[in-house]
Amino acid sequence: MIDDRQFNRRGFLKSGASLVGLAAAGSLLPLSAARAAPLTVGFIYVGAKDDFGYNQAHAEGAAALKAIEGVTLVEEENVPETVDVQKTMESMINFDGASLIFPTSFGYFDPHILAMAPKYPDVRFQHAGGMWSADKHPMNVGSYFGYIGMGQYLNGIAAGHATKTKKIGFVAAKPIPQVLLNINSFLLGARSVDPTITCQVIFTGEWSMAVKEAEAVNALADQGADVVTCHVDGPKVVMETGAGRGMFLCGYHASQASLAPDKYLTGAEWNWAQVYTEMVNTMLAGETIPNFVRGGLAQGFIKMSPLGPAVSAEARAQFEATQAEIMKGGFAAIKGPLKDNKGNVIATEGQSFAEDDVALESMDYLVEGVVGSIS
Amino acid sequence: MNGLDIGWWGVPIAIIGGAIRVSTPFIFVSLGECLTERSGRINLGLEGTLVFGAMAGYAVAFHTGSPWAGVAAAALAGMLFGLLHGWLCSLPKVNDIAVGIALMLFGTGIAFFFGKPYIQPVAPDLPAIPLGWWTDIPQLEAALRVNVLFVIGAILAFAMAWMFKATRVGLIVRVVGDSTDAARAMGLDPNWVRLWSTAAGGALAGIGGAYLSLYYPGSWNEGISSGQGLMAVALVIFARWNPINCLWAALLFGGAGALGPALQSVGVSEGYYLFFAAPYVLTLGLLVATSSPTQAISGAPGELSITK
Repeated sequence: MIDDRQFNRRGFLKSGASLVGLAAAGSLLPLSAARAAPLTVGFIYVGAKDDFGYNQAHAEGAAALKAIEGVTLVEEENVPETVDVQKTMESMINFDGASLIFPTSFGYFDPHILAMAPKYPDVRFQHAGGMWSADKHPMNVGSYFGYIGMGQYLNGIAAGHATKTKKIGFVAAKPIPQVLLNINSFLLGARSVDPTITCQVIFTGEWSMAVKEAEAVNALADQGADVVTCHVDGPKVVMETGAGRGMFLCGYHASQASLAPDKYLTGAEWNWAQVYTEMVNTMLAGETIPNFVRGGLAQGFIKMSPLGPAVSAEARAQFEATQAEIMKGGFAAIKGPLKDNKGNVIATEGQSFAEDDVALESMDYLVEGVVGSIS
Repeated sequence: MNGLDIGWWGVPIAIIGGAIRVSTPFIFVSLGECLTERSGRINLGLEGTLVFGAMAGYAVAFHTGSPWAGVAAAALAGMLFGLLHGWLCSLPKVNDIAVGIALMLFGTGIAFFFGKPYIQPVAPDLPAIPLGWWTDIPQLEAALRVNVLFVIGAILAFAMAWMFKATRVGLIVRVVGDSTDAARAMGLDPNWVRLWSTAAGGALAGIGGAYLSLYYPGSWNEGISSGQGLMAVALVIFARWNPINCLWAALLFGGAGALGPALQSVGVSEGYYLFFAAPYVLTLGLLVATSSPTQAISGAPGELSITK
C-alpha cells in the first residue's frame, strides 16, 4: 500500500529529526539537566475557537498550556465529526509530532478515535465526554468530563426564582445523555424552588445552527417561557435572542454575561485550564493519565458565572446553600421518587443517583415536568 | 412580558413570524440569482457571497457603529464577488457553474479568515418596524416586528418584475439571457450585460448576508448560514425565474422552517427531525406537482447552461 511507504518515509524523517533533536538536547544538557522532554499537544475543535461556548471553553483551557515549559500547542478548528478528524489526527501525529491529542467533540470518539488509537499506540488520545470502558476500548484512549449537570441544577435554582410564568425553556442540540442530564437537572433545580414549574425543551438537531436556535427561542417565548438556557455549541444567538424577547438567561459552557448583563442570572461554565494543566503535567512527569477522569464543582472542573443583578436575595441564599452542598461532593439531583415524562419510574423513594454515578452517562429519558421528547 | 397562554395559536403565529424573520436572506439571494440567471448565467457562488456579506457587514457595523454602513459594505463586497464571477466567466471556455463553486468555497473561506476577530464583539443591530402595535397579544406583536430590509426586499421583487416586463434595461437583460446571437445582432455586448447582472446579483446576496449577521439571528459566527445561499439558487428554479414568485417561495421556505421549533413548543415533539425537513419536502412536492413530462422547464432563459 502506498500509505505504508509514505508512512515509512515519514517515520524515517521523524526518527532523523528526533536524532537531531537529541543531539541538540545533548549539547544543551549541561545547562539544563533536569528539563523535561518536550511534549506536543494537539487540540481539535468542531467549531470556531471563540464561539462564546463549548469550543471556546476548551480553547481557553488549551491556551493555559502555553505557560508550561516544553509544551508545544497545535490546534485545528472547524473539523467535522467525519473522516476529516482522522486526517487531522494523523497529520498532528505525523507532521507535528503530537503525542497527546484532545479531540474535544463528542462525535469524534466512535469510530474516529477508536480507529486511530490502535494505529498509533504511542499516542495518547483524550476525549471529552465519551464513554471509555476497559474491556472494549484501547488503553491509550482516555475519557474525561465534568459534572456540568450540577451547574445546570444551580442554573435551575436561579431560573426557578426568576420565572413568573412558571415555565422555563431549554434549547438543546441533540438528545445525547449529557444534554438530557442538563435538561433534567435544570428542571429539577427549578422544581426545588417551586414543584409546579415545567420546562419546555426544543431540539434543533445540530450543534450549531444559528437561525434554528433563534427560531427555537422565539417559539419558547411565544409559549410563555420567561427563562431560557441551552446546550448548543455557541450560546450567543440563544442569549441575544432571549434577551431581545425579554427573557432571563442562564448561560452555558462559558460566561455570556457580557451579552445581556441585566438579564443574565448565572451560568454553568467549564474550567478546563486546571484539568488540562494537570493532565499535561502528568505526561511530562512520565506518568500515565488515568483512562477515566471525572470531576465537578468540588474538583474545579466546572464553575458558575457570578450571579447577575436580577437574582433576588432569596434566590441567592438558596443558590449559595446548594452550591456549598455540591462542593462537598456526591450531590444527587436525580433522586426518588421520580418518574420520566412518559410515566415510567426512574427512581423509587430513597433511591438516588449521585453526580459521579456512571449510570447518569447513559441517560435516555426526560423527567416529569419536562415537555418534549427525545426522538 | 406577560404569560398569555396561546397554545396552538403559537403555530400559525410562529409560521407568520418565521416567514417574516427567516425569509429575508432567501428573498435577497433569490432575487439576485434571478437577475443573474435571466441574463444567461448561473452564479452558484452566492452562498459564499452571503457568508462574506454577513462577515463584512458585521465588521463594518461594529467599527462604524452604524448598521446601515454595514449593509452598504456587504452590498459592495457582494458586488466585487459578482464582478469577479462575471469577469472570469467572460473569458473563453470558462464554465460558470465551476467558477461559482470555486467562489462559494473562496467566499466562505476568506469570510472565516477575516471574520475571526468579529465572533466575540457585539455590533449594533438593524432597526425593526413594530407593525404589531395594534395588538395586545405580545406573541403576535413580536412576530410582526418587521425589519426594514424585509420591506425593501418585498418592494424590490415587484420592482424587478416590472423592470423585466416594462423597461429597456429589463428587455436587454432578457434578450441577452434568451439568445446571445440575437443580442449581438442588436448591437449589445452580452458579456458586459452579464458582468453587471452578476455584479448586481452579488450585491443583493451580500445584503442578504448582512441581514443574517445584523438582524436575525443577529451575530456573526461561522455557522451563520445554514445553506441559505444554496437553497435560494434552487428557489429561483422553483419560482420559474419570476421575481414575484421568488418572494412567495422565500416566504414559504421561511414559514416552513419555523414549523419544527413551533410544533415542539406546543408539545408535538415526536419526530422533530421530520418537521425540520418540511421545507425540503415541500419543495420536492411542489416541483413534482408542477413538473411536466412533455415540455422543458417553462420560463427558463434560453442561454442558461443547465437548460441549454
